[in-house]
Amino acid sequence: MSNGYHIVVCAGIVPDPLQTLEPVQTPQGWGLKNEMMLPAVLDPWASHALYEAANLAKNAPGSKVTLVSVAPKAKLQQVMMTLAQKVPFELVAADAPAGGFTDANDVAAVLAEAIQAIPDLDMANLLLFGGWESASRGAGATMQILGEMLGITEQFQGVDEITVTAEGKLQILERIEGGRHQVSECAGAPVVLGWATGNLPEPKNNPQVGMQNMRTVMPSLQKARPAALSGEDLNYAGIEVPKATRETRIEKNMSADEIAQEIVAWIKG
Amino acid sequence: MTDNATSAAPKTLQTLPGDDIRQIMWRFADRYDLQMIVQSTRAVARGPVARLVAEGGRNTHEWTEGKAELFKHYDEAGITGAILEPEQGGLFASPKNLLFGLIAYELSWVDAGAATASLASNLAFAPIHEKGTEEQKNHYLNAMNPEAGDRQMRGSFALTEPIPYVGVDTGTLGGKVRVAEWNDEGEPMLQVEKRGRFITNMDTASYVTAAVDSDDERIKGSCMIILEEGDEGLFDRGAPTLKLVHQLSSTRDPILNLKVPASRIIGGYTIKDGVIIPNFSHGEIIEAVFRRTRATVGVMTAAKLLSAIEPVIRYQRGRFRGGASTREGTSRYEMGLQQREDSLHRLIDIWATGEAAASFGFETVRLLDDYDVLEKEVDALLAEQGIRGGRGKMKALRAVTKDAIKLIGLRARTGESRDEARQAELEGNPLVRFLLLDAQSNVICPGSKLWNTGYGATMMREALSLMGGYGITEDCPGFLANKWMDAQLEATYEGPEAVQRRQLSLTMTNEVFLALFEQWTRDMRCVASQHPGTGACTLATAMKMWLWTLRHLKVARDANNTKLYNTPRQGVTFPLADALCWILASRQYILDVLELAEKGPENPVVAEGLEGTLNFLMDLGHVQSARAAGEVGRICAELVFGYNRHPAWDDDARGCYGEAEVEGLEGVMPGLEAMADGKAEVLHPDSAKPCKAGPCVHFDGYEAFTQFRTKMDGCLTGSRLAKDRAAHALTQVMIPEALDYPM
Ligand SMILES: Cc1cc2nc3c(=O)[nH]c(=O)nc-3n(C[C@H](O)[C@H](O)[C@H](O)COP(=O)(O)OP(=O)(O)OC[C@H]3O[C@@H](n4cnc5c(N)ncnc54)[C@H](O)[C@@H]3O)c2cc1C
Repeated sequence: MSNGYHIVVCAGIVPDPLQTLEPVQTPQGWGLKNEMMLPAVLDPWASHALYEAANLAKNAPGSKVTLVSVAPKAKLQQVMMTLAQKVPFELVAADAPAGGFTDANDVAAVLAEAIQAIPDLDMANLLLFGGWESASRGAGATMQILGEMLGITEQFQGVDEITVTAEGKLQILERIEGGRHQVSECAGAPVVLGWATGNLPEPKNNPQVGMQNMRTVMPSLQKARPAALSGEDLNYAGIEVPKATRETRIEKNMSADEIAQEIVAWIKG
Repeated sequence: MTDNATSAAPKTLQTLPGDDIRQIMWRFADRYDLQMIVQSTRAVARGPVARLVAEGGRNTHEWTEGKAELFKHYDEAGITGAILEPEQGGLFASPKNLLFGLIAYELSWVDAGAATASLASNLAFAPIHEKGTEEQKNHYLNAMNPEAGDRQMRGSFALTEPIPYVGVDTGTLGGKVRVAEWNDEGEPMLQVEKRGRFITNMDTASYVTAAVDSDDERIKGSCMIILEEGDEGLFDRGAPTLKLVHQLSSTRDPILNLKVPASRIIGGYTIKDGVIIPNFSHGEIIEAVFRRTRATVGVMTAAKLLSAIEPVIRYQRGRFRGGASTREGTSRYEMGLQQREDSLHRLIDIWATGEAAASFGFETVRLLDDYDVLEKEVDALLAEQGIRGGRGKMKALRAVTKDAIKLIGLRARTGESRDEARQAELEGNPLVRFLLLDAQSNVICPGSKLWNTGYGATMMREALSLMGGYGITEDCPGFLANKWMDAQLEATYEGPEAVQRRQLSLTMTNEVFLALFEQWTRDMRCVASQHPGTGACTLATAMKMWLWTLRHLKVARDANNTKLYNTPRQGVTFPLADALCWILASRQYILDVLELAEKGPENPVVAEGLEGTLNFLMDLGHVQSARAAGEVGRICAELVFGYNRHPAWDDDARGCYGEAEVEGLEGVMPGLEAMADGKAEVLHPDSAKPCKAGPCVHFDGYEAFTQFRTKMDGCLTGSRLAKDRAAHALTQVMIPEALDYPM
């Protein structure tokens, strides 16, 4: 790959998972209680995609990473204060509501428009990364629709690993049932990869990287235009959070094995 | 007087204040560099630091691998490198007081010892930063760069010495410097002997900035000097301090006896008539250093108080869940201890204290940033005029005192009364602006260190008491017991409370400061007229009372005809300094809430729910102002009356009325009988002396003071309603499902 890949990572933001998430009706439709006021993080699946993208870009000279995000820009800005310190990227932002109640089709359309407007977009070498689903919705539809809109038919979902072969082909590991992976080979870009967790840990914060990224992050946040997510065709008949009981017990003297045994015993009843 | 707010349910706090709100209140919303270091520091604090504490890393005095590991995290997260200037590849250019304040805040949120370990490097370097030569600055900054790898240097600051030498009083140095060798052509070599006590980071230090006195007639006075591990002689790190607090930092009593070149004297030296004259005495350097580094300590305790809110709420709410008799959906299940008013009210007191302390602390570090910039400008200007050294500077500044006071008034004018030309002229004079900043920082630097750490420690105890027995266990979420104990060190190191009070008792009587203070009092009344719910009016009354008391005490004498406001009379000056701190902390908090009211709507994230947030924060302000006013009233009354001798029955009986007389007058002046006690004495015909200490005290000459007292009582109106509202908010506010750091 002489000129490397252009890796475009699509990522929204979601409320910090420690927060209480309570669906409520708002004047703009369904939303989460106090959503704007809750701290947000980059959608976890998409974060993995970003870290994998940065890693790939580092190993494929000439590559670059663009992060495209459709989110409320003031919230996105807060998220950037951490995220920008993780890995190098350029940001393209569109200002729109976040959350699990937007229409995946609308979001994909906004993303497609934003991606097509990237000045030096290199379609031939485009790797379109994202999460295989979102922590706020879990429908797993956005990346697939987006790929279709951009005319990219090679699509892989639940990706945990990508390797560039000596011939420049892509070898991709996708999650399938039973904790196993399916190995596929694909001729190369353009391709859509919906990431599961990948293999990389979350990079530590590095303020040097952060300051570098900020040079493009702040201007693109300022430029971010409001995107219309009409949601006209979408109605929710009912909204319910999955019933979950959260019980915290502090154990300091148990080994991981003992804890695992106790959990297994509890599951078995 | 009624409080309308009780009739309709006002909006209130929905979620705990997030970063967006803090950035506005503490004025770094436009500083992305600072927002980023906050996040990277937070990740270290709530990650590796919290894990180490949870694993029991604090349970030993010894330096451990786990503790040493934290330095690597500081290095990687940019915390160590924050001290570097852009010339050394650093991300932040000076001034850095706010920067260090924010780092300290984030680390102390979890563990103040971690903050101390990180900040002590800055303290070690501070003498060089403030007064070192350019060469010294460059050399040690480069050496401290984490990129230097194995050659990276870390420092310690050694002032305190074994008893009977340096402690609170820093003048009595036991550390000595002598000329070891001095050839005609070469640089003098000095022998430095310094024993330290309680020296932070001694386990990792490869250099020490030490305060020493001359023990040689060829060296004049005292100085600070840099000692390195590789220097010829003894570099004994000494015994570890068996401390009960801040155990994630290292503290030892080093013994140093080293031969070093005279170029290590911080700030350099000149030679005159065969005598080495250091350019700066240790006192001058320490003054410049502590002015800055103390401010950060004040921020640390504030962080801990605010960090206690979430764990306490969670504990209170969940207190009775899981019991057989507590069914889901019942108020006991849902609210737990929050059913009890006292639990809520006490938590409001802690929260209000934390807010005021944070506001006060961050005001101080911001002010110091301005101070650092302006001081450089002033020094350059004076140098141009051929004025050098402390004395010349003081004289030049004194010459613009009137202008500075004038400028305070000009800045406050509005509308047609403004005199823009004159104001611009005075603003254009850096000396005038500097004098104002100087007067202010001379008060708020010791003030925030004193109040935040001292009163903060007391309130930290309240926080853990709300957790019951859990509060004093290692399992207590939020490590509250550690934080309480740790606060006592914050109140002690870098000058214990007595040192801060001593400084305040001198600086708070400065005429420029008092002119500022009077203006602030007027400003508070204006604030009150626009935001009556903030408690600003209560505070303004307390401010007037404080100033009246200070002026009174400056001229008054006690029953023995001895002057009252006098440096050795710490019983007078110290409490008055405390009272001032209560005022200043409350005042700054109110100003920060107003900033949020003004700037909040511009940020869509903050704008959502802003009305409720502001209502709550203003209620906290009202609670805090009422508390501050109470303290001021108590302290001032004790000082104003406490030094007079109580009248005795055998003094002359002027002003006594017979009981029958008073009864007769009651028909003409209803209520007189009830008032008679205190105004005048009523003697019963059948007993010569009523059953009490003596005739009640006359208030002649104290009318203004008693009016303030009465007025202030009235000013407390509504403050408890504010507390009730704020308490109710605690029962409604949404908190995360779990703490974001381990326990
Ligand atoms: C864990 C820890 C870390 C430290 N780190 C460092 C460090 O890195 N470098 C360093 O140089 N020092 C360090 N110190 C020392 C610290 O700054 C001193 O302990 C502090 O300044 C007080 O000195 P002292 O303990 O000798 O108290 P003393 O001087 O004995 O004072 C004790 C008390 O006496 C009263 N008192 C004393 N003098 C007066 C006065 N003039 N007026 C009124 N009351 C007075 C006050 O109540 C005071 O609190 C550290 C201390 C600790 C505990």
